Amino acid sequence: MSDVASQLTTADGRPLKAALASAQARAKRRAFFLVLPLLLFILISFAVPIGQMLQRSVYNDQFSKSVPALSQWFAENPKGTAPDEAAFAALASDLVLMKETRAAGDAGTRINYVVSGTRSMFTKAARGADKLEPPFMEAMLELDEDWDNPLVWNAMRSAASPWTFDFYTIAFDLERDADGKLTKVDETQRIYFRLFIKTFLIAGVITAICLVLAFPIAHLLATLPMAKANLLMILVLLPFWTSLLVRTTSWIVLLQGQGVVNDILVALGIIGDDGRLQMIYNQTGTIIAMVHILLPFMVLPLYSVMRVIPVSYTRAARSLGATSWTTFRRIYLPQTIPGIGAGVLLVFILAVGYYITPALVGGADGQLFSNMVQFHMTKANWSMAAALATMLLVGVLVLYWLYDRLIGIDKLKLG
Amino acid sequence: MALPTYASPLERAWHYAYLAICVLVFVFLIAPILVIVPLSFNAEPYFTYTEKMLSFDPEGYSLRWYDSLLTSGMQAAEALRDGAWWSDLWHNADWVKAAKNSVIIGFWATILSTVLGTLAALGLARPEMPWRRTIMAILISPMIVPIIIVATGMFFFYSNPCAIVGMECGRLTSTYTGVILAHAALGIPFVIITVTATMSGFDQSLIRASASLGANPRRTFFKVVMPLILPGVISGGLFAFVTSFDEVVAVLFIAGPDQQTIPRQMWSGIREQISPAILAVATILVIISIALLTTVEILRRRSERLRGVAAH
Repeated sequence: MSDVASQLTTADGRPLKAALASAQARAKRRAFFLVLPLLLFILISFAVPIGQMLQRSVYNDQFSKSVPALSQWFAENPKGTAPDEAAFAALASDLVLMKETRAAGDAGTRINYVVSGTRSMFTKAARGADKLEPPFMEAMLELDEDWDNPLVWNAMRSAASPWTFDFYTIAFDLERDADGKLTKVDETQRIYFRLFIKTFLIAGVITAICLVLAFPIAHLLATLPMAKANLLMILVLLPFWTSLLVRTTSWIVLLQGQGVVNDILVALGIIGDDGRLQMIYNQTGTIIAMVHILLPFMVLPLYSVMRVIPVSYTRAARSLGATSWTTFRRIYLPQTIPGIGAGVLLVFILAVGYYITPALVGGADGQLFSNMVQFHMTKANWSMAAALATMLLVGVLVLYWLYDRLIGIDKLKLG
Repeated sequence: MALPTYASPLERAWHYAYLAICVLVFVFLIAPILVIVPLSFNAEPYFTYTEKMLSFDPEGYSLRWYDSLLTSGMQAAEALRDGAWWSDLWHNADWVKAAKNSVIIGFWATILSTVLGTLAALGLARPEMPWRRTIMAILISPMIVPIIIVATGMFFFYSNPCAIVGMECGRLTSTYTGVILAHAALGIPFVIITVTATMSGFDQSLIRASASLGANPRRTFFKVVMPLILPGVISGGLFAFVTSFDEVVAVLFIAGPDQQTIPRQMWSGIREQISPAILAVATILVIISIALLTTVEILRRRSERLRGVAAH
């Protein structure tokens, strides 16, 4: 058989197998070249910028670039060596350098991330650096007794190299003690990782509410005759096409203290005029507005799955004696699982990374992780922002991978 | 969904409860959008219905917020409304400037993402496309990656785009090009999703038929493929345009004072001094989205008819 196959040739005498392979390779190349321009565009204008930003989370030369002498001392003396006179001399000479280049604030900030309250030590010491006299150890301790704090020296050793994991340590609410062991920071200072968990919890709550609200209307749309369903579908699609800022504005208008909802409740006598509910500029506001914004992303996948579930299955179950509840639970619900999965994952992914709505209606306790990234950006804490952004990105990409695995990215549909 | 005749009283009760729940959810979806429309005609600077409005007293309504919307930023807003006033409006009014920027940026971002996206969708639809899943995942990722990460990354990159090859070559921040490139990247997933969905119903044998009848690939594309997928391409383009038209975070990070768009103006309006003028903008945007939605729905039906997909 294989002999015969290898003897087959095309009209111009080439073996058929080789001709087919080359034709297929050509078709492959053609398809790929159609995609190539867009792929390059996305890589250059989207993937590279993100990668470049993420690099800042492990690379920070704010301190290392201004401490050549100290870096050398760290290189010569192994970790755990107590700082001696030579170390303080190196530090003093670097401080003189910082004074000239006005880098003390920057360098101090870098150490301040790890040991809070140390920035002023650097700016103060640099200000009088050229008047420092040997012995440097005493002179420095005179300025601030914290200069022999092992935590500060550990932090300086770590910051003397531009490559660092310090920002991830902070982002996971951890710190290093004097022996260099990782410990959890004080209960009151656990900000970042706690917010990270909270963001996932809030996203979970939003997803759950969306599912509960979307399920009945998707079911209704799927079972109504086409003409009526299309008409009602507009009620789902119109919010989908309306500007996010418009929808956020409407929720501010509806929910604020003197807003429509409170006015209606007061007019109906449900609440007193002095008991107006605080529903916006807090976590409640974030959740309500985000549920409204993300609801269509839940309805659409549910609808497209429910639409093709044959009615005859539920009828058959009923005719075989199942109650309507059993029919729903054992026959209908299992068939909607693909739609539930797609909707839940999509809404959850989008909710975890949300920024605009929490920023506008979140107040103090309704902020999500994205808002924390933005906070550090405006404070010019690039590395800290990048570390937080990486955490968020990894979380989202894991969910995205899961989505692709379970549902398949090519199944994503809009409208 | 009609209630079967054999339904028990309990089922009957549940059925009506279920319908009531559906009505409530639809109200939740649509009411916030409709509520602000009459409020934008409020004669008072409040965000709630006044008694005059509720009793449909014409005095309760006015166009003052639309007027303040148009005139803010003008040099001589109080002047007589002649040709000079209109020219002042066209050149200086804040919101008119923002609208012009939104349209310029949206237009070019849409062109860029639709052309590149359609080409790529054609490639992705071919059965012999290598690494389809991975490439698709990369191309859809701008929709999935949190916008704040995208915007901060682009902010650094566009401040000095040549830094990756170790050179210095000006910046893209505070330029139209920068914002357009950013918006094009954000719009691409929508074009890819919409056009590949159209292509999935496309009969690939039509291409072979056309080739066997002597048409070259270009002629096949313009005479056979293009007319069939055009509705999908246009809806994809509209999606991309809306994405750009509604985008604020990338604009916050990348744009300079000359590239302020409508969402950017709204953003500062909501954060700083929220006034019913914002509701006037919101109303105009709602009308625009109704128009876009209608267009997309018409196109979708046309596309289904063209491709012979039965309306399901």
